Amino acid sequence: METERGYDPATWAQLSEELAWTALTIPEEYGGLGMSYLDLHPLMEEIGRALLCAPFLSTIGLGANALLLSGSEAQKERHLPGIAAGATRATLAFAEKNKRMDAVGVEAIYARNGSGYMLRGDKSYVLDGHTADLLIVAARPEGSTGAEGVSLFLVPGDAEGVKRAWLPSMDQTRRLASVELRDVIVSDEALLGDEGRGWGLCERTLDLARIALAAEQVGAAEMCLEMSVEYAKVRKQFDRPIGSFQSIKHMCADMLMLVESARSAAFYASALATQDGDGLEEAAASAKAYCSDTFFHCAAETIQIHGGIGFTWEHPAHLYFKRAKAAENLFGDPAFHRERVAKQMGL
Amino acid sequence: MEIQLSKEEEAFRQEARAWLQEQLNGPFEDLQGRGASGDQDTYVEERVAWGKAMGAAGWNCIGWPKEFGGRACSIKEEAVFNEEYVRANGPGNVGHIGETLLGPTLIHFGSPEQQERFLPPIVSGEEIWCQGYSEPGAGSDLANVQTKATLVGDEWIIEGQKIWTSGAQYSDWCFVLCRTDADAPKHRGISCILVPMKQDGIDVRPIKQMGGSSEFAEVFFDGAKAQKDHVVGGINNGWKVAMGTLAFERGASTLGQQYLFQKEFEQVVAVAKESGAAKDPIFRQRIAHAAIGLKIMRVNALRMLEHEGADLNREALISKLYWSNWHRDLGKLAMDLLGPEAELLDGAPYELTAMQKWYLFSRADTIYAGSNQIQRNIIGERGLGLPKEPR
Repeated sequence: METERGYDPATWAQLSEELAWTALTIPEEYGGLGMSYLDLHPLMEEIGRALLCAPFLSTIGLGANALLLSGSEAQKERHLPGIAAGATRATLAFAEKNKRMDAVGVEAIYARNGSGYMLRGDKSYVLDGHTADLLIVAARPEGSTGAEGVSLFLVPGDAEGVKRAWLPSMDQTRRLASVELRDVIVSDEALLGDEGRGWGLCERTLDLARIALAAEQVGAAEMCLEMSVEYAKVRKQFDRPIGSFQSIKHMCADMLMLVESARSAAFYASALATQDGDGLEEAAASAKAYCSDTFFHCAAETIQIHGGIGFTWEHPAHLYFKRAKAAENLFGDPAFHRERVAKQMGL
Repeated sequence: MEIQLSKEEEAFRQEARAWLQEQLNGPFEDLQGRGASGDQDTYVEERVAWGKAMGAAGWNCIGWPKEFGGRACSIKEEAVFNEEYVRANGPGNVGHIGETLLGPTLIHFGSPEQQERFLPPIVSGEEIWCQGYSEPGAGSDLANVQTKATLVGDEWIIEGQKIWTSGAQYSDWCFVLCRTDADAPKHRGISCILVPMKQDGIDVRPIKQMGGSSEFAEVFFDGAKAQKDHVVGGINNGWKVAMGTLAFERGASTLGQQYLFQKEFEQVVAVAKESGAAKDPIFRQRIAHAAIGLKIMRVNALRMLEHEGADLNREALISKLYWSNWHRDLGKLAMDLLGPEAELLDGAPYELTAMQKWYLFSRADTIYAGSNQIQRNIIGERGLGLPKEPR
């Protein structure tokens, strides 16, 4: 957590090699376990509870999903076994300094270069972008607008012209990075999916990552609730455990209501992702909006219930609170997702 | 994610749908959508007739065991029936207190004689029940009931007052929590007594609610009589019986209720589109938030049904707090969307629109059947194991 890298390589090796977490959702033909998104849900909850510091969400939620959704057979064979084994860490570089979460936000450009492509632009807010072995970059032909023209490219993290830097951030448990692309040259095999149709793919990938993140938020929110309840049972004031006061008890009760409801939202979205069912977009947006609000609320209440100790560096409450805020913004904030739901409803 | 139905359950759905459609588009057409919350004091006679028709066709008390006249339906089948009932726009059920509260209580705590006497007319829709729990001094603190019952010869003589008694005006019977031992600690001196409503010692005074209708009443007992053997679960054991009754009040009705909420929500969306408010970014946020909340309510209910049998699972504990808040917020949203038009009535002297009715009635949702504050105590103490408030 305290390193620039943001994770412990030994922990990463253990979770990928021994525990096979990175292999969970990768199909068996690419060296994975071939399990479903519903199977990923409880793991993400545990990751949230523990505030795991590792490039798991980026590699599995973004990298693996983008490849699975539209990688060619050759691309899948080349990258997925490495991801399953934990040897390859991947991420999606779509956002930029303009902070937009829609296609308009993609300002980086690409141009034909011989049989391959040239990429130029500045990506920002890239999850684990400074440590990823494989970057999936969104760019557009100069002069194109909106979703039109946006394409995705597979770019090795150490490719010539790629300049990456950690963006130190308030949440100490996750890493964001900037990725500058200075006329980076890639071959024609780097194009992921159809040229010009990258935005749909990008959104679908993001929605799947949002669902995984929502499950993580549920687990983290539940951990906040449990810490609060445990503390409220043992901390005494006025000769009584503070949890016997309704002011505290009712805060905990509301947290339970929110946590279980958030679990329903994330679980429903995971089920749709498993079936590749209709309504995935709305379910992902709903889950991301609701679970973000829930985690933030629970993390904030946890500090309040713990009182002074909850405000210190020694107690983990601040880490949950910081992760909650960062997670709220990651892949679009609740207001952004509620607006998506409104659009889906035909409003 | 939907309720997964077996072939038999699907056939059950079709059977229910066919009967409800036939009746509610035929002989009972006038009753469609009548007698809902906020409107429960209308069409009473017709709805009693409807209850009897339901009984004759075997649609009352379908979840009860067969030996007591039910169909032994699973909670899932009950949920399916409730969903179909709302889909068919079925009227408010005047028999629901008997079916959902008193019946299960008698099945659990009643003597064989009581079961034989009282259950069949609930199933057939011939006897309507009301619940005599709350008193002016015993709301959330239910154990504080003061209505007194004294055994004189073969009869209980009852003195006191109940309040907020839904349907007291038209009920045949009331199950009344009475103090039968004034000297015992307050939870231990209470009995649950079955009292006929149509007698001289009882005076029912309807209470006008904020919506203008009178769905509940004050009930005054002044020397009212009840049979000696009509105590449920034994003398001075009424607290246990009362707690049991409240635990029956959940589960299968939730999906039907949500279908109702879905209909109301659609009306709200229609208002937003018509008025142009749907273009306002703040209203868009609020409408989307309500839509997300409704979907979650459904998944919560499905998860609760999956856990059928697991006592006091978390989904069941949060259900009341969740839906009452959601519904109350929807009422506010509906009125906000209408803007100044929200004020205008259907007519003088006080003819509310349907939306105004449920907007006003939704303020009761967070109070009756355990207020939000009581719900939070239950969640905190039973769901999270937090220590009790000293009492």
